[in-house]
Amino acid sequence: MPLEPVAGWGRHPVRPGRVERPERLGLPAGSATVLGRGLGRAYGDAAVPARADTHVVATPRADRILDFDAASGRLTCEAGLSLAEVLRLFLPRGWFPPVTPGTKFVTVGGCVAADVHGKNHHRDGSFGGFVERLRLRVADGGEVVCGPDVERELFLATVGGMGLTALIVEVTFRLQPVETPWMVVETEALRDLGSMLEGLEASAPDWPYTVGWIDCLARGGDIGRGVLIRGRHARADEVASRPPPARRVLGVPIDAPEWLLNPMLVRLFNGLYYRAHGTGRRSRRQSYERFFYPLDAIRDWNRLYGPRGFLQYQCVLPRAAGRAAVDVVLGRLAAAGAASFLAVIKDFGAASEAYLSFPVEGTTLALDLPYRGAATEALVHELDACVIAGGGRIYLAKDAVTRAEDFARMMPRLGEWNAVRDRWDPARRFRSALSMRILGDPA
Amino acid sequence: MKAVVVGATRGMGRALARALAERGDALWLLGRDASELLASARDLEARGAAGAVGQAALDLARPAGFADALDAADRGLGGFDTLVVTGGLYDRQEHLAADPVRLERLLHVNFTGTVVLCQMAAERLAARGGGTICAFSSVAGDRARRSNYLYGASKAGLSAFLEGLGHAYAGRGVLVVCVKPGFVKTGMTAGLPVPPFAGEPHAVARTVLRAIERGRPTVYAPPAWRLIMLVIRSLPRALMRRLTF
Repeated sequence: MPLEPVAGWGRHPVRPGRVERPERLGLPAGSATVLGRGLGRAYGDAAVPARADTHVVATPRADRILDFDAASGRLTCEAGLSLAEVLRLFLPRGWFPPVTPGTKFVTVGGCVAADVHGKNHHRDGSFGGFVERLRLRVADGGEVVCGPDVERELFLATVGGMGLTALIVEVTFRLQPVETPWMVVETEALRDLGSMLEGLEASAPDWPYTVGWIDCLARGGDIGRGVLIRGRHARADEVASRPPPARRVLGVPIDAPEWLLNPMLVRLFNGLYYRAHGTGRRSRRQSYERFFYPLDAIRDWNRLYGPRGFLQYQCVLPRAAGRAAVDVVLGRLAAAGAASFLAVIKDFGAASEAYLSFPVEGTTLALDLPYRGAATEALVHELDACVIAGGGRIYLAKDAVTRAEDFARMMPRLGEWNAVRDRWDPARRFRSALSMRILGDPA
Repeated sequence: MKAVVVGATRGMGRALARALAERGDALWLLGRDASELLASARDLEARGAAGAVGQAALDLARPAGFADALDAADRGLGGFDTLVVTGGLYDRQEHLAADPVRLERLLHVNFTGTVVLCQMAAERLAARGGGTICAFSSVAGDRARRSNYLYGASKAGLSAFLEGLGHAYAGRGVLVVCVKPGFVKTGMTAGLPVPPFAGEPHAVARTVLRAIERGRPTVYAPPAWRLIMLVIRSLPRALMRRLTF
């Protein structure tokens, strides 16, 4: 395999690697280091090789459906099957992923490795909660089946384990039944952070999907103003029987220049977005694609941030830390004036038992930061300090910068996870740029 | 359609079998690796193939086993009406030039085995009133180049055979489709430098399906390769000799 540049969706960092794209997943013979990689939507360095001689096993060609039970919605597939393909094949039959992140261009294996969450976390938890079985290739080359009741520790370490315990080969998980591909959506403009947090909390019992878009560049008392969005799958009697029309997808043909997303322009955009909604509530029917995957309509939207790429920062602050902790993080961001399009705010429900799973009960914030070198990294470290002070944590699928010592302070179960990894992969055969940076793996 | 597919576990064959399954065709898979065949059969069933997708062993290098494999498919499908052969070998010129055993095997599979199988199937289809044979050759068979004439020769022979087969059985209701893929991004071409106009397997599958539906005897995929090969076929020998690719 020739060397090629390998990066996450944020396009920082970029490292040379040899990428295999097999149709049947396995480990290379010998003891070479291995890293599984799905569709490359993790933003930072989670699927970036630690060193050039790592075998990067890209899974998207291993995408066969091995079993589907039309009575229960239980699906067994190879790890490279994408949620886009799950939706294309199973939504017309009345089935929907139990949990979906903000893009459908992710693999099922990646959903397990990052234990992804969605707008329904407050009600349904993260993806791992719907997984019944995993078939893994472990470091010694053997095959191991694990699940909530089989090899439970390995299962809890692999869900959210960022591909560092084994290569995920097959996944069995449950889809949820839906009546239509349409969503009933209600939106409401809210004037500040307090009303946004209250709005999320008030919506949680009645709405399976909730999220807020907030303006982090608004100043003073306006901080946290934004639009609350809540949705549910529409019933058959609420919408037309025809499916939504196919969406037009636009591309970004070149890297945008860095001056494009300057603070002034982004501030203007954010303000317009807020004002355009107007006051009061609005209700509408929306296709599932527009509701869950607005950015999938722009292919390669990551190029908008220019050739140096961007970081995405996502943290969660536990409920116990209160609103004050959210205020501190937002205040720090506003002070830095780091241009970000609207940030996402969402309330998480109960945490999973998986050792490195990101969500804990509380409030999560996610935003883009254009990468501008040391200044951007310094800002992330400052934000990390605020998050640690509030007892929170960051999301590894987004991270590219956090330090090992900071990560250790965020994750109370890191020791348990390390113990499982010691048992199954003592030589650290599964390794990534992320594991070198955040777990102290050798290069 | 009731189609027998050789090569459905991988690459373009996998994509084409999926396209057939998703429009509700009945399928039967032939190949060497039983567990791979089973996994692909389950995949095709979940994607909408009519009924259960059966499998039987077939090795293109062993024509002695062809009759049994076709019998099994005939029994399973109640008489197949279509044979698709995408299976075949590829190897780099330098490996083939240096290793006569590898070369012999590639020629045997790509030419001898495929020809014998298609000939046998054509006779079966003609005897029951007609059907379709769709086999994957290559643009490499259209003009010999120094950098891949050994693989190209196996495909040139196959293309010539398929053209003749089409003529010979046209009167007996058998449509023969020769597919000539250009560079397509599959496991077979992994690690090779990707040229312009490289195709994706699912797009090739759509192109091939259209050609079968419209009864086209030759199909280039991606379609741009028809023009590219028109130019390359007309290049003078002296120029071809100087080309290094």
